[in-house]
Amino acid sequence: MNLQDIPVRVEERSLYEVREKIYPRAVHGWFAALRWTAVWATQLVFYGGAWLTWNDRQAVLFDIVHRKFYLFGLVFWPQDVVYLTVLLILAALSLFLFTAVAGRIWCGYACPQTVYTELFMWIERVIEGDRNARIRLDKLPAGKRLPRKVAKHAVWIAVALWTGFTFVGYVTPIRELWAEVLALSTGPWETFWIAFYAFATYGNAGWMREQVCKYMCPYARFQSAMFDKDTLIITYDAKRGEPRGKGKGVGDCVDCGICVQVCPTGIDIRHGLQYECIGCAACVDGCEQVMDKLARPRGLIRYSTTHALEGRATRIVRPRVLVYSAILLAIGAAMLASLYLRVPLKLDVIRDRAAIAREVEGGLIENVYRLQVMNTAEQARAFELSVSGLPGLQLWGDPTIGVGAATSRVVPVKLRLPADAAKPGSHRIEFHLRALGVEGIEVDEHSVFIVQ
Amino acid sequence: MSEFTSEFWSLYIAILTVVSIVACAWFLRSQSIRKQANVETTGHTWDEDLAEYNNPLPRWWSWLFYITIAFGLGYLVLYPGLGSWKGTLGWSQVGQLKEETQLAEKQFGPLYDRFAAMEVEQLAKNPEALAIGQKLFLNSCAQCHASDGGGSRGFPNLTDRDWLYGGDVKTIQTSIANGRNGVMPAFGEVLGEAKIKDVAHYVLSLSGGTADSIRVAKGQETFATICAACHGAEGKGNLLMGAPNLTDKIWLHGGGEARIIETVTNGRTSQMPAHKELLSEAKIRLVAAYVLSLSAR
Repeated sequence: MNLQDIPVRVEERSLYEVREKIYPRAVHGWFAALRWTAVWATQLVFYGGAWLTWNDRQAVLFDIVHRKFYLFGLVFWPQDVVYLTVLLILAALSLFLFTAVAGRIWCGYACPQTVYTELFMWIERVIEGDRNARIRLDKLPAGKRLPRKVAKHAVWIAVALWTGFTFVGYVTPIRELWAEVLALSTGPWETFWIAFYAFATYGNAGWMREQVCKYMCPYARFQSAMFDKDTLIITYDAKRGEPRGKGKGVGDCVDCGICVQVCPTGIDIRHGLQYECIGCAACVDGCEQVMDKLARPRGLIRYSTTHALEGRATRIVRPRVLVYSAILLAIGAAMLASLYLRVPLKLDVIRDRAAIAREVEGGLIENVYRLQVMNTAEQARAFELSVSGLPGLQLWGDPTIGVGAATSRVVPVKLRLPADAAKPGSHRIEFHLRALGVEGIEVDEHSVFIVQ
Repeated sequence: MSEFTSEFWSLYIAILTVVSIVACAWFLRSQSIRKQANVETTGHTWDEDLAEYNNPLPRWWSWLFYITIAFGLGYLVLYPGLGSWKGTLGWSQVGQLKEETQLAEKQFGPLYDRFAAMEVEQLAKNPEALAIGQKLFLNSCAQCHASDGGGSRGFPNLTDRDWLYGGDVKTIQTSIANGRNGVMPAFGEVLGEAKIKDVAHYVLSLSGGTADSIRVAKGQETFATICAACHGAEGKGNLLMGAPNLTDKIWLHGGGEARIIETVTNGRTSQMPAHKELLSEAKIRLVAAYVLSLSAR
């Protein structure tokens, strides 16, 4: 039996549909455990990461007010925005690669929407019970279902607020923020963002759930472009399962409906690959429990590929995988190398525009520059300045510049040149700044010297 | 609002805006009516058989539009927008600027308080005060006086000990706060080319430059009758009028015969803008301290 032969109900429906509430049934199994591992891993990092300390400061802090971005030992300044760009490119390429190879594993295991929905569904299950209990509860009169509903929403809101608080804790030092929260003295923007992020968490994980994936998520829509017949998808083995039912002469599928009941997006995987499927493998876990009870082999619903289902070999190595991997590796290596070679010192040279060139005593021509010296290291340093590019060019004044830890300093600098040393016009020169007492910390920056 | 020369335009805009919003709301309402099953197509056909159902907007979407309409109406009541209507909140850009300036003063004021008790001369030796003074100088003064305070042609050098109006603390503060207007009148028509050349040679001789001795003698007479009124009989300048001292080698508008002749013929107008509206009293003290420190080196 081919995929095309699976009985599919064709019905005319209005595109204007009212959402039908989905009551996903709890599921246990290998993939559920994998998802819970991902929930723990991502949330330990998220909720815990904000509390880590490094060099007597918060280890991970995006201090927007002071425009410094701390990531353990690294301090990024706004000038380092290229790293953010590269990081986003890497994230996009990883998404492409993993989707091409393994389908929607991001959606199924690591996406915040999935992770928080999993958390919220767990809370719901603890308070309201599993699928059947919840369906029964919703049929009770309002007064009777109220206590459990109130309890559920209270816990949801508490988790959501803590999430919002943690999120803001990456922007405002979290320990100070906690003190402010306790004193109810958070600033207007802090309050807004805690509330906003809490609302987003509560709304998306509590109420919107699968609708986010079905209607809002752009990634869900364009990843079909990255799918091919060798991409890992959740499949129903129709050859083995059909015709479904109980009794003699039927396939392995007993039509118990568990795969539909556990589905967080409310689809029937037996209709084949659908855009709603987020690849969470809950139906795989559900079906395997049933198969185990019936003492039939597992894998009626399983991770597979279209090619494998058609009885052909799955090719993991294919041009798009190679291209994605190659670009990913190249950019990743370049980023690591650039981070490793990064010098914690930046220099901007701004030539004074008003005074083009002045004559000073002794027949010398003077140009004035404003140097912005940025010491991005977390300790104070002294630097030595020198210039080159024109014979006889000298630096006028103290060549030693002291700059405090992770601060910048503006230093006016005068350069003098004998009047006959260069022709009138603009000459390219080079400033060199070198840290005193530390090897390898130096930057060069070019500018021009103008002779009138 | 002065832009509206007559009430008509204010009314015109107000009515146009309100009518547009009401029309949008009406149109939205007409498009949101839920249709029964058997939806009709729009009647348009593309590529032979592609037709489009004429379904209403999704409800959440039309609600977003309703929210924007409510927001728009609320905004127009609270803020200026409907013609010359000022809004019930009384918000204005100038008001917001004042508010934020006050906030900044309140926030950063204490930073300057600790310097208030110190004399400017003391501040000129205080590294913290000088660091702030330098930042203020780079922001407000360096455009003309250069980042190092060395000035350029037409803009005085602040790093030497020569002052046009005087280098004591009070005078520097006055110069910054009230600004200065330096005027050298044009004598081209009064004196004529020859006499101006004579005067130029005399002026050159004052600072020990090379000059024609006959012209110097002739120029001295003209200088005594005309130039001495401001620059003094000895050419040492006058701090009260900002007339430069001509006996040193410091030239505001450039030395050398050609430049001096140009200055005398056409005159010069220099302006130092007043900064009291831009910088607070406390800031001016710090800038003055920084300027003092420049020439003390």
